[in-house]
Amino acid sequence: MFGRLSWSDIPIHDPIIMGAVGSSTILALVIIGLVSFYKKWGYLWTEWLTTVDHKKIGIMYIILSAVMLLRGFADAVMMRIQQALAAGGNPGYLTAHHFDQVFGAHGTIMIIFVAMPFMFGLMNIVVPLQIGARDVAFPVLNSVSFYLTVAGAGLMMISLGVGEFANTGWYGIAPLFEKAYNPGVGVDYWMWAFQIAGLGSLFGGINFIATILKMRAPGMKLMKMPMFTWTVLTASMIIIVTFPVITGALGLLTLDRYLGMHFFTNTMGGNMMMWNNLFWMWGHPEVYIVVLPAFGIFSEVVATFSSKRLFAYKSLVWATAAITILSCTVWLHHFFTMGNTVNVNAFFGIATMLIAIPTGVKVFDWLFTMYRGRIRFTSPMYWVLGFLTAFTIGGMTGVLLAIPGADYVMHNTVFLVAHYHNTLIPGALFGYFAGFSYWFPKMFGFKLNEKWGKRAFWGWMIGFLVAFMPLYAAGFMGMPRRAATYDNLEWQPLLITAAIGTAIVGLGVVFQVIQVVVSIRERRESRDATGDAWDGRTLEWAIASPPPEYNFAVTPVVSELDAFWEMKEKGTAYKHYPVYADIHMPKKSPLGIIIGGLTLTFGFAMIWYIWWLAIIGFLGIVTALIISGSNDDDGYIIPAAEVKRIEDRRFLLLDSMRLRKEVGEDELKPNKKEKIHEYNYFEQ
Amino acid sequence: MNSLVKKRGVKIVEGTVLFLLTIFLSGCKKMVVLDPKGPVGIEQAFLIKLAFFLMLIVVIPVFAMIIWFSVRYRASNKKATYKPKWAHSNAIEVVVWGVPVLIIAVLGYICWDSTNRLDPYKPLQSENKPLEIDVISTDSDWLFIYPEYGVASINEMTFPVNTPLNFRLTSGSVMTSFFIPALGSQMYVMAGMQTKLHLMASELGTYRGENVVYSGNGYAGMHFKAISSTQQAFANWVKQTKASADTLSLDRFNQINEMYNINHPATAFSSVEPDLFKKVIKKNMHWMPEQKNMKGMSGNESAMESHSHGGMNKAVKMEE
Repeated sequence: MFGRLSWSDIPIHDPIIMGAVGSSTILALVIIGLVSFYKKWGYLWTEWLTTVDHKKIGIMYIILSAVMLLRGFADAVMMRIQQALAAGGNPGYLTAHHFDQVFGAHGTIMIIFVAMPFMFGLMNIVVPLQIGARDVAFPVLNSVSFYLTVAGAGLMMISLGVGEFANTGWYGIAPLFEKAYNPGVGVDYWMWAFQIAGLGSLFGGINFIATILKMRAPGMKLMKMPMFTWTVLTASMIIIVTFPVITGALGLLTLDRYLGMHFFTNTMGGNMMMWNNLFWMWGHPEVYIVVLPAFGIFSEVVATFSSKRLFAYKSLVWATAAITILSCTVWLHHFFTMGNTVNVNAFFGIATMLIAIPTGVKVFDWLFTMYRGRIRFTSPMYWVLGFLTAFTIGGMTGVLLAIPGADYVMHNTVFLVAHYHNTLIPGALFGYFAGFSYWFPKMFGFKLNEKWGKRAFWGWMIGFLVAFMPLYAAGFMGMPRRAATYDNLEWQPLLITAAIGTAIVGLGVVFQVIQVVVSIRERRESRDATGDAWDGRTLEWAIASPPPEYNFAVTPVVSELDAFWEMKEKGTAYKHYPVYADIHMPKKSPLGIIIGGLTLTFGFAMIWYIWWLAIIGFLGIVTALIISGSNDDDGYIIPAAEVKRIEDRRFLLLDSMRLRKEVGEDELKPNKKEKIHEYNYFEQ
Repeated sequence: MNSLVKKRGVKIVEGTVLFLLTIFLSGCKKMVVLDPKGPVGIEQAFLIKLAFFLMLIVVIPVFAMIIWFSVRYRASNKKATYKPKWAHSNAIEVVVWGVPVLIIAVLGYICWDSTNRLDPYKPLQSENKPLEIDVISTDSDWLFIYPEYGVASINEMTFPVNTPLNFRLTSGSVMTSFFIPALGSQMYVMAGMQTKLHLMASELGTYRGENVVYSGNGYAGMHFKAISSTQQAFANWVKQTKASADTLSLDRFNQINEMYNINHPATAFSSVEPDLFKKVIKKNMHWMPEQKNMKGMSGNESAMESHSHGGMNKAVKMEE
């Protein structure tokens, strides 16, 4: 009846796991209890869970990412404590089999369930606003994408308490992940969570390409698109080129594990290096999928806070395009050491180095954007400067690793671990943090607390350096990655230092939580009624914060790169039209959450061999798609009068603020008691 | 009062930084990769240092510019030039594209050249006759076979100094990577395939050898002593090993191979079943038609060699 699932699969004897499961469960129950107590289920269902509004989906993506970041960071802390302790015969506090699940979960979570959702969250919130669109091209598909990611994350969380997780790292180690060596459910959890979330990302990529190519405001030529939109477009292109590869590869592994086939096994013609090739054909471009949008964010932030045009926009676009293409030509550098011929290694080594050229150009272009600007040191700008400093080091070690001859002695040591954390933490995560604090006022109508934001930055920046610089040294001392214990006492001081670094990063994380809490409490003091919190340059700042459901009451016409800046200069910004037209908007849809729920069920059933449930889940998905596909009535109209009411209200406020300013009252600050937004999520 | 608190805070920060730096620097003395004991490693260490210093040509100006621009163009400094519309300069573009292109061109040449010189498949030059060692990994142990001497050992590898070591590697189990950081290059070890590696020690000593591809719960303990000894000591070791009681047959190997997650103590075997290395590879090739299989096996250069695309052209090579 329940496949291979039985009570003994719940690790009640392990206090560490049960502690984690217990606290997550209690947290979930508290949230459910609070929502029930305040009778918010109806609100949650109609306004959030079934929404197809890109802004709300974006916010939900970011919440998912934040939750998973806490989980992934807890994994990191566990590994650092273990390695700080487990030297010279000391077994540490984790068994080898627990440790290997932790490093696999940490990597999978950080890439698939932190970086990707954070990125998709910011893309969702910002891209339609930057290009003057009402929503993404396929709003319901967007919701489906989100819930597929949630379903994958759900499987990750379930694996904590029911069964176990993969012991084969985030990228899967062939043939260790084959049934012969890994008969348990761990690898299956990894495989299905990865596969399901990957499908969500693939749909997301399709959606954003269609949105950006087809829904830009009139006049916004490709070369007039904001840099962030450009990077989203290129990242989406990489997504649709490479995600099918990983979907296929995981499919082949599924055949191996479920039907006894031999794609990646030792025998019967199976080939483990085939897995490595397929995985990294996706895996390396994936790095650029998460990094490119962050580069876009840096471009926006650095221009805004230098109060200056982005230096060499065209150069940046071409550099981005170059990275997009080169990213797909370098995957083999992940296994120079498999015994390739000289020419193969040299080719991929040089191809990898070539990426340093456009990346270097980008760094210089950001620096020259600051040159002769008027730099405001806000917390988003702190993240940019931290990124520039740390990422330069990461780029340098990247070029070192790109030389096959040098890679032979650094590959798979902790030097490599230090390198990719050195690129992904500053390159992707710092970028998202910058984007988060930069666009937070756009999402919610008030700014984040700067003081705590800067404290969080220092925690992350210093902690990151203290945590990862020692790993470079340990790598040069020949320390292999992923060792649960080690006998070489020379490594221990470095690993203790790294653990201290992680504690400092932990402070940064705590400060970020405090920042959000403090900011919500102070939301009335820090609110931004203008919609243009930072003296912005691009279109998203032209409308109210948070934007009304329809975004732009009248689609803007674009003639310059910094469209909103141009409007402000010409005096055409904040245009109050006397008459508005009806606006057609997509209807709410429960399809996303239904598909997400069914996919989660299907995945869980497949993992535990509960075939009847898997069939029900699968048929359910097909049925839901057919039913929703035959529904032609997918939109509704916001009447012109309603649009006018909302817009009038905004302009009334703007006018009163202007008046107050003229009579010498405090700047552009609204009266504290005025309710300023129709769409203020915290006032409902 | 406030300034006192601040001063104390500064002192704590200073103290912590100094403490961390001390730990860090004390660790740095033992970086075997940068201070290797064999010609391959020495060339690689030089390569790493060379590339590092070349890149500083870009990196140092970047750091300088980050600091200089941040300080100079801070919003509160009204004396600094402010040009909000300035966003293009051909001269700067030429430099920011040109300098990285030049450096990568130089590094690209170094990359191509060093990849040729450091090809792990290339035999090393020496006056001494090379020593053949066949390496078989299980999921948690290293087995070393000395075909010329008919002896073998587990988790301890003795070899003469200044003698090229010609490794052939295969796995009886999962994938591993064979790595002696003090000597240089690592090489993947895969079942049903053969890879090669050439190393040499130029100093006497005992070095750490290890696996760097995660292979299961025996991974952390999967390291061995690589003992670089004099010719005389090596000859003695062979003699001693020949006298040991243990022998290694295919069955015995299979037994060890199937004990997952267990690191065996260092053991020496006085004799080894002939062609054990090839038999272990062949174990995973039973699915192939016998004739092709044999044709592959009979070749001097083993057909199972995983040059180029791993084993992807394994079958292709069979037909050659």
